[in-house]
Amino acid sequence: MKHESIEINSALLIILTLVVISIGGLVEIVPLFHIKGTVEKVEGVHPYTPLEQLGRDVYVREGCYLCHSQQIRPFRDEQLRYGHYSLAAESKYDHPFQWGSKRTGPDLARVGGKYSNEWMTQHLIHPQSLVPESIMPSYPWLMQPLKYQDIEARMKALRDVGVPYSLTKAEYEANVKKFGKDMADQFVIANGIKSVKAEAAAENWDGNPKEITEMDALVAYLQVLGTMVDFSKYNQGYFSTFR
Amino acid sequence: MSQSPENKKGQVETTGHVWDGDLREYNNPLPRWWLWGFYGTIIFAVVYWILYPAWPYADTYTKGISTVSFQSPVIGPDGKPEKGADGQPKMETKTEHWNSRALFYQEMQSSPSAVAQKEWLAKVKDMSFEQIAANPDTLNFARSMGHGLFGDHCAACHGTGGQGHLAMNPEGSYPNLADNAWIHGSSYEKIVSAITNGIQGNMPAFGALYKGEKLTDLAQYVLSLSHQPGVNEEAANRGKASFATCAGCHGANGQGNQAIGAPNLTDQAWAFVDVPGAKNYDDKLKLVEGVIDHGLQHQMPKFGDRLSPEQIRLLAVYVRQLGGT
Repeated sequence: MKHESIEINSALLIILTLVVISIGGLVEIVPLFHIKGTVEKVEGVHPYTPLEQLGRDVYVREGCYLCHSQQIRPFRDEQLRYGHYSLAAESKYDHPFQWGSKRTGPDLARVGGKYSNEWMTQHLIHPQSLVPESIMPSYPWLMQPLKYQDIEARMKALRDVGVPYSLTKAEYEANVKKFGKDMADQFVIANGIKSVKAEAAAENWDGNPKEITEMDALVAYLQVLGTMVDFSKYNQGYFSTFR
Repeated sequence: MSQSPENKKGQVETTGHVWDGDLREYNNPLPRWWLWGFYGTIIFAVVYWILYPAWPYADTYTKGISTVSFQSPVIGPDGKPEKGADGQPKMETKTEHWNSRALFYQEMQSSPSAVAQKEWLAKVKDMSFEQIAANPDTLNFARSMGHGLFGDHCAACHGTGGQGHLAMNPEGSYPNLADNAWIHGSSYEKIVSAITNGIQGNMPAFGALYKGEKLTDLAQYVLSLSHQPGVNEEAANRGKASFATCAGCHGANGQGNQAIGAPNLTDQAWAFVDVPGAKNYDDKLKLVEGVIDHGLQHQMPKFGDRLSPEQIRLLAVYVRQLGGT
């Protein structure tokens, strides 16, 4: 084929351009699905509980990812500030992941357990009341009631993309083996609403025990971030064999 | 050296297109510098493939011949890190193919800033808290390292200068670390324990026990302990009897008990409700009544699995020198 015939035929030029560009994408992305070391083998990573998952949906709705990343990179300054670098395994149940690409605020990948529930609630309602120099906006409306009636549909949708929430007895048994009974019970899709209520009642997330609010869900989600893997179990250097 | 098209006519091939009767397009070869640049990128890619991880195949990929070495703890047969003769974890040199995580371990161990910091950490390792604070050089080190740690881990609640937050509601209040009042004690050991294990602050609610006038009288008495102007002495005297319940934690005279974190009620430092900031005496009374009525629940998270013991030691020195006696 002569070069000229490509240049003067715009349809052919577009098709061939797409072919060439997609080679770049395919070569970079497709092998990651087949390479064994892409997702590290670690214990402890589990799907979000229904309340945490709803909190995550609030996080996405409010666009937290626009200012907060959830990915600690393997550099000394990041380790000193945020803790152990993030693993691929830690976001394997995230759809979509919240790695983000911009840090106007700090990284949140390991924010779980760093602050008390009271602080989280107060800070989300009015950040400057605790951190006067902060430029984060206020989110007072998070104290509104949480809509959790559709949690089961949400869990089903996530199951369709690979999150092991269970529909059948066999799936439940597999979850018991993998995550323990307490966790597996919360991952039963039919128990979704019950789980949300139980989890909201189990801990004083937002200081208002009378009502399940969006704040309850969001704080529950923030408090679990980065806490699933016990890094004291892993030898330094173990994770470098996966890259 | 630009030549007019007239001069080049017939010497350089044209594409054959003609516009407006006489506009032609030269079909010149690619500039030499551009062509060599292009070949250069191809050579660069081949060198890269040889040195670094590059081509995927089957369920793995070519790792390249470039390597990174770093120190890694020796794992014993029981799956736990082995300890050497000096009590420190035994280290071995591990060599991995070039990757960002191995480079990170190398950076943590042997980058200039890591080495410089390690030198100082070794210096203060066997010093007591008092020795670190007494030596200007080590105190400066504790201050500079503590300042960073405090900013990352403590300042969100206790303020950048450790001044804390005092609000009208207990949920918005966080203790001041820069004043003379220490709720849990000012010893280094106490500070280390608070940072490592966190604090579960809990004052029970006494709303069921004290209501109406009784509650007001008790609040009057509490305010009289710190000599707030405007106290109704008569009511305070009536409330004194009820204070026996409070004395179990706050002491018979309200002087507090650092062992269980019960604040001193006789000084002017308030940690959880902004009594000094209240508009008038009635508002002060309401704040104290609210605390007695609902109790207080205050959590400080534990930082023991977030910070290393060395970091916590230096942070304790930093926190201690923020406050007074």
